[in-house]
Amino acid sequence: MRKRSSFSKAVFIGTIVFLSLPLLVLVLYSFNESKSGSWTGFSLRWYVKLFTDSPQLWRAFGNSVIVALSSALVATMIGTLGAVAVNWYKFRLRKYLRTITFLPMILPEIIIGVSLLVFFSGIGLKLSLFTVFVAHVSFNLPFVFLLVLARLEEFDFSIIEAARDLGASETQTLLKVILPISMPGIISGFLTAVTLSLEDFVITFFVTGPGATTLPLYVYSAIRFGVSPVINALSVVMILGTVALTWSTRNFLKYIAAK
Amino acid sequence: MQIALSVKNVTKRFGDFVAVDDVSLSVEDGKFFSILGPSGCGKTTLLRMIAGFYEQSGGTIELRGQDMTDVEPNKRPVNLVFQNLALFPMMNVYENIAFGLRRRGEKSPAIAKKVNGLLERVGLPGAGKKTIDQLSGGQRQRIAIARCLVLDPTVLLLDEPLGALDAKLREHMKVELKKLQAQVGTTFVYITHDQSEAMVMSDAVAVMNAGRFEQIGTPQELYHNPASSFVAQFVGNNNKLRAVMHKDERGGFFARYGNGMDFKVDGAFDLSGGDAYDLFVRPESLVINPVEAKQELNVMPAAVKAILFDGGNSRLLVTPDGFADELVVALPQTKQFDHIRAGDRVRIGWDASKSVCFKRADWKIYDDE
Repeated sequence: MRKRSSFSKAVFIGTIVFLSLPLLVLVLYSFNESKSGSWTGFSLRWYVKLFTDSPQLWRAFGNSVIVALSSALVATMIGTLGAVAVNWYKFRLRKYLRTITFLPMILPEIIIGVSLLVFFSGIGLKLSLFTVFVAHVSFNLPFVFLLVLARLEEFDFSIIEAARDLGASETQTLLKVILPISMPGIISGFLTAVTLSLEDFVITFFVTGPGATTLPLYVYSAIRFGVSPVINALSVVMILGTVALTWSTRNFLKYIAAK
Repeated sequence: MQIALSVKNVTKRFGDFVAVDDVSLSVEDGKFFSILGPSGCGKTTLLRMIAGFYEQSGGTIELRGQDMTDVEPNKRPVNLVFQNLALFPMMNVYENIAFGLRRRGEKSPAIAKKVNGLLERVGLPGAGKKTIDQLSGGQRQRIAIARCLVLDPTVLLLDEPLGALDAKLREHMKVELKKLQAQVGTTFVYITHDQSEAMVMSDAVAVMNAGRFEQIGTPQELYHNPASSFVAQFVGNNNKLRAVMHKDERGGFFARYGNGMDFKVDGAFDLSGGDAYDLFVRPESLVINPVEAKQELNVMPAAVKAILFDGGNSRLLVTPDGFADELVVALPQTKQFDHIRAGDRVRIGWDASKSVCFKRADWKIYDDE
């Protein structure tokens, strides 16, 4: 094999460093004794403070989890049924429906945020955790829809007809054939939705109300008063959590595929 | 004999396009019936109407005398073997076959008995635990058929199920299917564009073209007595000669080819609507160097263009003197004609009673023809 050129090696190392150096610094400083930017010694005090003395942070975290799980669940249900309908039934608006569903993915978040805000105040809905939930459902929907549709389109439509031909009613066809084959798409759609919802800042910022602070909003407001090392500690915990979640998801999907 | 399937004057329109045009057929219980036609002739549309996936624009479809017009596909006593088989990929073999029985709400022990019995019948005992992608093409075929047969349908519909198989396996499956049908006794309605599949397996064949049935008959009838120029060309192989039909002074008919040569023909013809005819003679009716000088024989000298060796199906490609068309002549592998080489001159002849003539109808089986 030809030896890799030193240029490509340099680019490779440079990229890796560029990507992970900030994370490394963050991890390092979460163990810093001092509050300021200089290293004074190893300490776990920020972790202690994070877990014992940050009620606001944990309230925000709780809000985030509630919104993420509930909006992902609702978006998954609507998105899946929408994908099944577009795949199964031939109706005139089918083409347009697909395009319209793509729209929230292409539009800048800020436009969605503003339009949702205008919409909520227009219909007189008070901004609260509920409006955040509605907003998250609306931007999560297209992702679930697309992932499930992509999965369904891998299969020939005739298996739906085969199910009908073998005596299944429409409901039985949905439950026994369509949902099982779309399950990998549904699961990855749900997990994508959870992730997107957890990390969303811009849209949430527009539609949130008093007492409905989510974790990204809390972190942002906390940083305005200087970077607290507690945030560093929280970030490290979240990185670990994400790695664990990704790892278990991958294994879960592998397990499903092998079954 | 009871009639299993009866299709009466069924028509299907898609907008202005008439896919199936006033088609009628009836199939007796336990028969193997084929619908043979080129792609786009409407045969799949007809099959889908019988299965209940399309609603007919006119006419009725009856199964054992019951009108099926308002019956949903899942309530009809017919099952369809799809062209791509449409096995459920997330279920194993056993679950695929049990699917229909479960929808009927049958009890597990009864289901197990039926599924295992059928797996044995299609020659795959103990394959229940296998997943679909562990099966070969031929095995999937059998599972797709088993999945339908386990429901004991009044009619089993098959939509070109052998299309995806390679040539050798297809030959094998033809025989297998025929044997299986004889064994289970279920009525089969089989759709194909392959005339050999239809001829080998069927008790009766309907030849379909442009939405209509050209002829319904046994394979032998279609082969020996085609009812139309389309059937003559589509069923079996045939040489087509464009000729002009003439009546001689004694009231007999003869066909004149472009080069002025006259061919003896059998039968009487209607010349009132024009005298342009097509004369069909099969390769196997053409005799190389005929010895007997029979009165009814059309004999002509010809040059051998090529030898198309294909074992028992070998043929000669010849151009009779003064002909624009090439003729395909059967070349029996009896050592008698082994001396013939490309470029040789031979005489070829055919018995007038073995050719058929139809008024010229310009149609194409395939676009590139």
